Amino acid sequence: MRTTYREAMRAAMREAMQRDERVFLMGEDVGRYGGGFAVSLGLLEEFGPRRIRDTPLSEAAFVGAGIGAALGGMRPIVEVMTVNFSLLALDQIVNNAATLLHMSGGQFNVPLVIRMTTGGGRQLAAQHSHSLEGWLAHIPGLRILAPATLEDARGMLWTALEDPDPVLIFEHGSLYNVEGDLADDAGAVDIDRAVVRRAGADLSLITYGGTLSTALDAAEALAADGIDAEVLDLRSLRPLDDAAIRATVAKTHRAVVVDEGWRSGSLSAEVSARITESAFFDLDAPVGRVCSLEVPIPYARHLEEAALPSVARVAEAAREAVGAGA
Amino acid sequence: MNETDARSAVLQALREVAPDVEAEDLDPGARLRQDLELDSLDFLRLLELLAASTGVAAQEEDYASLTTVQSLVDYVAARA
Amino acid sequence: MPDLRMPSLGADMERGKVVEWLVRPGDYVHRGDLIAEVDTEKTVMEIESFEEGVLAEYLVELGQTVPVGTPIARVTGTPADVPAGPPATPIATPPDVASPDGAAATAAAERAVPPPIRHLAHRLDVDVDHIDGTGPAGAVTRADVEAAASAGPRSSAPPEPAAARPPRSSPRARRLADELGVDLARLTGTGPDGAVIGDDVRRAAEGRLEERPAGAVPAPTAGGDGADVRGERARAAERTASLRRAIGSLMARSKREIPHYYLSTTIDLSSALEWMRDENADLPLAERLVPAALLLAASARAAKQVPEMNGLFVDGAFRPSDAVHLGVAVALRGGGLVAPAIHDAERLAPGELMSALRDVVARARAGRLRRTEMSDPTITVTNLGDLGVESVFGVIYAPQVALVGFGRVVERPWAIEGLLGVRPVVTATLSADHRVSDGLRGGRFLALVDELLQKPEEL
Repeated sequence: MRTTYREAMRAAMREAMQRDERVFLMGEDVGRYGGGFAVSLGLLEEFGPRRIRDTPLSEAAFVGAGIGAALGGMRPIVEVMTVNFSLLALDQIVNNAATLLHMSGGQFNVPLVIRMTTGGGRQLAAQHSHSLEGWLAHIPGLRILAPATLEDARGMLWTALEDPDPVLIFEHGSLYNVEGDLADDAGAVDIDRAVVRRAGADLSLITYGGTLSTALDAAEALAADGIDAEVLDLRSLRPLDDAAIRATVAKTHRAVVVDEGWRSGSLSAEVSARITESAFFDLDAPVGRVCSLEVPIPYARHLEEAALPSVARVAEAAREAVGAGA
Repeated sequence: MNETDARSAVLQALREVAPDVEAEDLDPGARLRQDLELDSLDFLRLLELLAASTGVAAQEEDYASLTTVQSLVDYVAARA
Repeated sequence: MPDLRMPSLGADMERGKVVEWLVRPGDYVHRGDLIAEVDTEKTVMEIESFEEGVLAEYLVELGQTVPVGTPIARVTGTPADVPAGPPATPIATPPDVASPDGAAATAAAERAVPPPIRHLAHRLDVDVDHIDGTGPAGAVTRADVEAAASAGPRSSAPPEPAAARPPRSSPRARRLADELGVDLARLTGTGPDGAVIGDDVRRAAEGRLEERPAGAVPAPTAGGDGADVRGERARAAERTASLRRAIGSLMARSKREIPHYYLSTTIDLSSALEWMRDENADLPLAERLVPAALLLAASARAAKQVPEMNGLFVDGAFRPSDAVHLGVAVALRGGGLVAPAIHDAERLAPGELMSALRDVVARARAGRLRRTEMSDPTITVTNLGDLGVESVFGVIYAPQVALVGFGRVVERPWAIEGLLGVRPVVTATLSADHRVSDGLRGGRFLALVDELLQKPEEL
């Protein structure tokens, strides 16, 4: 079946609402407008206003309402238009959703799923383009997912809804229009494991979400130079699949982490640290990182392109790691 | 085949299989396994080379009697 | 002023013995000066000083073996601290000058030099240990440092000898170098900025075993140049010696690290040999089997069924292998042995195994083994039967965990169902790693080899 990332995500929500009457969607413009990125287009007509709920422009209010609904036995999907806006709801997410299970001595789970768009590359400038999932991956009590493929867009949501605790799904904005083949019977997928998207022997490109395609393209470019790169898609940013990270580094002995977040205090730093902690004696080169430049993401196309991780920068870091740097 | 030709064929094959053996000064009574340290694969290779150069393909039941350089020379001389 | 210590003269050096002193108490020692000859158990080497000063006393006796890092001699600050001339006895108490109870070195170390003064001295390139303090209790003052600085640079200090810096190396390279007994300092790196990486170490370790063995020396052709032949022989002897050293270090490591246990059983080969004769009757000479092919086939299949015998012990854990890459110990003419792998041996019929065996043995002797064959056997078989012995208890090739041995096929009286007959039998042995398996599993393995050899047609 020919489909897009956007349609796969919509199919996932449709299936969830068909399968479980406790599931509903709420957020800014998710109903009549069809969603800020048109992911929920048509769902209002299909499921009606009780299950596809437009909310006021207050992230704190509707995320908080989602938490309340979850505590009350519902299975809400809350859409936050971009991760930048989620900062307005950070108190609800970090102080409530993530903590209630622990603070109630295990009495109250918060079975909430929050979907949000992340990342740049679409000339939406600094207030709509940042990649802050690494911040949220810092918080115990949350599970952080980054579907990078059609299969994961189609399959992660249901598994996330099955989870009794809050799950945040980060959809990179550049992925919505990605088109590809998806099996007709595609359904729920696991949300625990990192997956090798391309096997290779010489080094590991470790990435997730929007930069998976960057890493895969870089791997192709490197193959032309005789460098055989493995690409590991993390999929889950919290918890991280330590075993998979260890395994790929034990196999290739070199790693470059590609992360659209900024380098300082980032998820790439976390991955790099774990490699050093657990696979130090398998390393043949320092762990490399390709991240966004440390500036607010620019609006101008050429500046934005220069700020984000590119195929050329990934390939260069990879060559350096294998000792084939120019 | 006369004994001289047979001997030269055997020595030629031996040089091939065991280059470190001084084939020229070889005692004809030298034992292939104990003295020349040929193992079963070397022995098989030796027979193969001899089969190629003289046309004598040793039968497996004769292996047991082919223990010395001289016995090999006689065997080839009698059959080629 | 620190002591001179027993240096490590190789990754595997654990202790050393001073066999000769090259300096005497009272001698002034510069950094890089040779001070003693040390026996490292492998060789005798001259060691150099990493300190400068006057040798005050020996701390170990000649011939005394001490661990690496043990202080072997004490050095005091400068010639001025020590009276001229050697003390009366070679093992003397530290000469003292400033105080009755301590060496000058101790006094210098304990002399108060406040951090700001130290900082100033560092900035002015002045060694505070070499300045006489004019402050209270001999403390060095700001003025002392400035005076020393204006008196000129530390011209009296001899330039440091350019020390041979060990090459940059990756963590994996260091781990492998340690495991494989490779000296990093002798390698050229191919990693980032020329760092030595794991594959460089691996190549070096394999290179040792791959060096063209003596058997590979081309036979001198009639009328060949005698000098050429002699040169070739000398090189061959050198290679053999180096191969011997490599085997020695590999086996020593294996014996040191692997808790071996040994099992042995005698196997009736009559069905196997009868089957082989029938097979061979229809085969051209070049395709005939030898008993070794059957023994290898049975071992490979048994290894597949007893996974504790087949795999590698790496990083403190056993990693079983799915495929059986059967190492075959091949004695090289002229000495030494290599054990290259026959890949996926459990899937080869005896005929295929036979041709793989001939191929790998021929190439081993010609020094043309491939890198993977050298590096990846998962279990090894040694067959000393051709040399006439009845059993062999081998040393496991680390990081493998089992070694199977076969002796000579001999005829023996053999009781079968209450009757005595004469049967061809072979003694099969197993050396296995107790960290991975126990005798029970090992016994299962040998029993399986036996069972498999009773039904050679199914191999």
